[in-house]
Amino acid sequence: MTAMLLVGTRKGLWIASSEDRRSWGVEGPMFLGHVMQHAVLDPRDGRTLLVATRTGHLGPTVFRSDDFGRSWSEATHPPQFAAGDPLERSLRAVFWLTPGHADEPGVWYAGGTPQGLFRTEDAGDTWAPVDGWNDHPMWATWAEWPEENTPDGSMLHSVVVDPRDPSHLYLGLSAGGVFESTDTGGDWKPLNAGCLALFQPDPEPEFGHDPHCVRLHPLRPDRLYQQNHCGIYRMERTDGRWIRIGDNMPRDVGDIGFPIELHPRDPDTAWVFPMDGTDVWPRTSPDGRPAAYVTRDAGESWTRCDSGMPEQAWYTVKRQAMTVDDGDPVGVYFGTTSGELWASTDEGASWRPIAEHLPEIFSVEHGTRAA
Amino acid sequence: MKVRIPTPLRSYTEQRAEVDADGATLGEVLVDLDRRYPGIRFRMVDEQGQIRKHMKVFLNGESERDLDVAVGDADEVVIMQALSGG
Repeated sequence: MTAMLLVGTRKGLWIASSEDRRSWGVEGPMFLGHVMQHAVLDPRDGRTLLVATRTGHLGPTVFRSDDFGRSWSEATHPPQFAAGDPLERSLRAVFWLTPGHADEPGVWYAGGTPQGLFRTEDAGDTWAPVDGWNDHPMWATWAEWPEENTPDGSMLHSVVVDPRDPSHLYLGLSAGGVFESTDTGGDWKPLNAGCLALFQPDPEPEFGHDPHCVRLHPLRPDRLYQQNHCGIYRMERTDGRWIRIGDNMPRDVGDIGFPIELHPRDPDTAWVFPMDGTDVWPRTSPDGRPAAYVTRDAGESWTRCDSGMPEQAWYTVKRQAMTVDDGDPVGVYFGTTSGELWASTDEGASWRPIAEHLPEIFSVEHGTRAA
Repeated sequence: MKVRIPTPLRSYTEQRAEVDADGATLGEVLVDLDRRYPGIRFRMVDEQGQIRKHMKVFLNGESERDLDVAVGDADEVVIMQALSGG
């Protein structure tokens, strides 16, 4: 079984492959010079690979490969807002890709900048706006349109599909908060109770938060984890309130970061990669000492995982740039803004670089390649 | 009419720097260009019909952002990308 790591960078796509998770071959660049925001292999067939890309000049689009990157075809109708949109929105970037429910082969969701939501039913060839989101009467308020207060432009990310029910969706807005739909995106409600938004006049508003990454555990679908601008949170959906499990992180490290990744078989285990959220928000590792942290008790306690990492480094790990595989023990991987790709095949106990000197890494996604 | 294609868009034109396209307006020319080379238009014109910020279209040597402007067979359209990026 071939493991693949799809590495989206500011200057193109690289693919690392391994049969044993010890020796990795790295192919690339593909799409050299293109801003490769996200690349995802469809876990439902292990073959369909979608990438979200643009260049500094050209508009956003999606390319698809069904031969692991040897050949590509562009979406016939890429994600875009409706022509004549009353808010005159035009998509600047496809920021996020999520394969749909296992019972809906060919369905994918895409999140954009501005914060549009788009859906395909033919594995990425033609995309349509999800009107229930894009045209929701509260959209402009939730999305803080047209201000777009996030430094690189507001983005819609973390599209999450409930494995029990394809009509049950979550998404994250940076900024705007977490939102939930129970009717395949027809209507949406904020889901931010308990979560702080310390940059707002009211620190606990209904919406306006800044989730950086939201994950749902597939074996316990009522459990959500969130790495937020204002801490690490867990929600039992039946409770409907976020609990700040980042309060249990070491005080000198804090609980700010971009990614959060979950153990595929243990709903109590999650990894984060903390960054410095003090002062002017350097967004590098606290004290320049990079480390992942793992919890094995749903956030009650956290353990530092930095064996093999440099003692000093000043990079950032972005929200899509950390991933896990389904091996035993689980492999954990991350990519840095300084172009390094790191791997652990012992659930974070030790780390080693498997690629260096790449461009700034935006995303790292694991996939298992079909035979 | 002849339309000059910049290098970032030549993946759509089989690497040809100059191609033919027809239309009574600049917008129609770009629609015809997309008919001949599917996907090329959306990379330079957004879904609201605006030429993208970092793209430039020259009509007979003059920068033109109005897609409704009339054109004729003798006119020359040059598509370029603005200097930007890094």
